[in-house]
Amino acid sequence: MAWVTQTLSSSLGRKVIMSLTGLFLSSFLIIHMAGNLQLFKGDNGRAFNEYTYFMTHNPLIITISYLLYTSILAHALMAYVLTRHNQASRPVKYAYSRPEANSPWPSRNMGILGTVLLLFIVIHMRTFWYEMHFGSVPMAEYDGQQYKDLYAVVKEAFSQWWYVLLYVISMAAVGFHMAHGFQSGFQSLGIRHTKYTPMIEFVGRYFFALIIPVAFAAMPIYVFLQVHGII
Amino acid sequence: MKVNLKVWRQKNSNTAGKLVEYQLDSISPEMSFLEMFDVLNGELTKKGEEIIAFDHDCREGICGSCSMYINGRAHGPQTGATTCQLHMRSFNDGDTIVVEPWRSRAFPVIKDLMVDRSAFDRVIQAGGYVSVNTGSARDANETPIPRNIADEAMDAAQCIACGACVAACKNASAMLYVAAKVSHLAVLPQGQAESVARAERMVAQMDAEGFGACSFTGACSVECPKSISLDHIARLNREYLGAKLTSTNVQG
Ligand code: HEM
Ligand code: FES
Repeated sequence: MAWVTQTLSSSLGRKVIMSLTGLFLSSFLIIHMAGNLQLFKGDNGRAFNEYTYFMTHNPLIITISYLLYTSILAHALMAYVLTRHNQASRPVKYAYSRPEANSPWPSRNMGILGTVLLLFIVIHMRTFWYEMHFGSVPMAEYDGQQYKDLYAVVKEAFSQWWYVLLYVISMAAVGFHMAHGFQSGFQSLGIRHTKYTPMIEFVGRYFFALIIPVAFAAMPIYVFLQVHGII
Repeated sequence: MKVNLKVWRQKNSNTAGKLVEYQLDSISPEMSFLEMFDVLNGELTKKGEEIIAFDHDCREGICGSCSMYINGRAHGPQTGATTCQLHMRSFNDGDTIVVEPWRSRAFPVIKDLMVDRSAFDRVIQAGGYVSVNTGSARDANETPIPRNIADEAMDAAQCIACGACVAACKNASAMLYVAAKVSHLAVLPQGQAESVARAERMVAQMDAEGFGACSFTGACSVECPKSISLDHIARLNREYLGAKLTSTNVQG
């Protein structure tokens, strides 16, 4: 098995880990965004709470969620290992350098963007995931069945302007991370082709870097405006 | 034209260096960047000062030795060219020009602007040989190679091992260089026999030399004097992963 550990700790193997975990997290963004669209239903959270119940009780979803936690940890850990290694590869920095002349900003700042994402994920999970699993969430009753009213927690959180702002900034970070990351993840796996790379770049740029973060950012803004009676 | 230079001066690999300022008053815009350094070194000699060490050989963009990081870019502001192909007309009268050596753990500074790029040679050596027929001469076109494949191989084979990819990369990664060297053999029938071992060994040597990993910023390809495409980096990833999954080398 020496070859497995050796391969995964080579510079190319580490990027394969980054890529597989990163692309898995990208696929999760789609599901998470689509599911949370229930917040826009205007039914005082019933559809959202029923969806939350499904997500926390379906065995397949529960299994995937453990894979997800592992992926976040592995991605962040590998980001740290790679960043340290990459910095060590240039012990003496240039006195004057103009990287903006040859490469886009997000591609050079994936570590900073990722750190913002990691902080966001921690805060986000503390507010919702932790409350849902270990906190005290009020109950709601639909058709005689009891549901945890996570919607109430969402409403409370998003009624604070600074919390909404935190989400909007973090979603900008998601956008920039994906603008570079999505297409880069395919290259790390060696997938580059005249036919498919333009499609991958298109999906990365417009779907993952634009539509997804905008849709996510719209949720706290919508709830905020609703709670405060503005819409 | 007049130029103000800030040039990295460093006695040897064990001492710390610093930027030193020089003024040149009568530089022709038609001079190459290296000729401007010749003029400067001439003046330093007259003054009895030690001349600035820099690498150069062909002065026509083919040997890859003229490594200089000029005004924040590998080989200066032009793309698709080496330092010897850069002319003073690319600058304005009175410009300040900062000149530094390549910065990478794998390329230690020998003196002033000269760096030791032998890490590249060791990567090539690790790649090993290509089996060839040493019997009687073979017929022309006995091995059919479509034109587009030949072009693809040639694009990669244009690499002059100048090190601009490493110098420009934020990670000081040698991926474009190693990719070019693996790629030009990987696409040709002649390169197939050893392709698995070649990818494994060259990547292992690249890592052992202390280069960084690839973040696909694309800086290498932009600064490459031969504009070698990122396509080759993806191919290296493919070759390496394929090699790791299929080779019989269980030791790693
Ligand atoms: C929603 C969460 C996230 C998603 C969807 C995501 C996705 C991706 C993808 C697809 C890549 C490209 C991988 C490649 O180039 O092979 C990537 C790269 C990267 N990610 Fe993330 N990521 C997320 C969170 C994070 C976090 C929390 C961190 C850091 C703590 C992080 C740090 C990085 C870094 C540093 C890279 C670049 C690695 C390199 O090219 O050297 N990411 N990410
Ligand atoms: S001196 Fe040979 S490439 Fe510049």
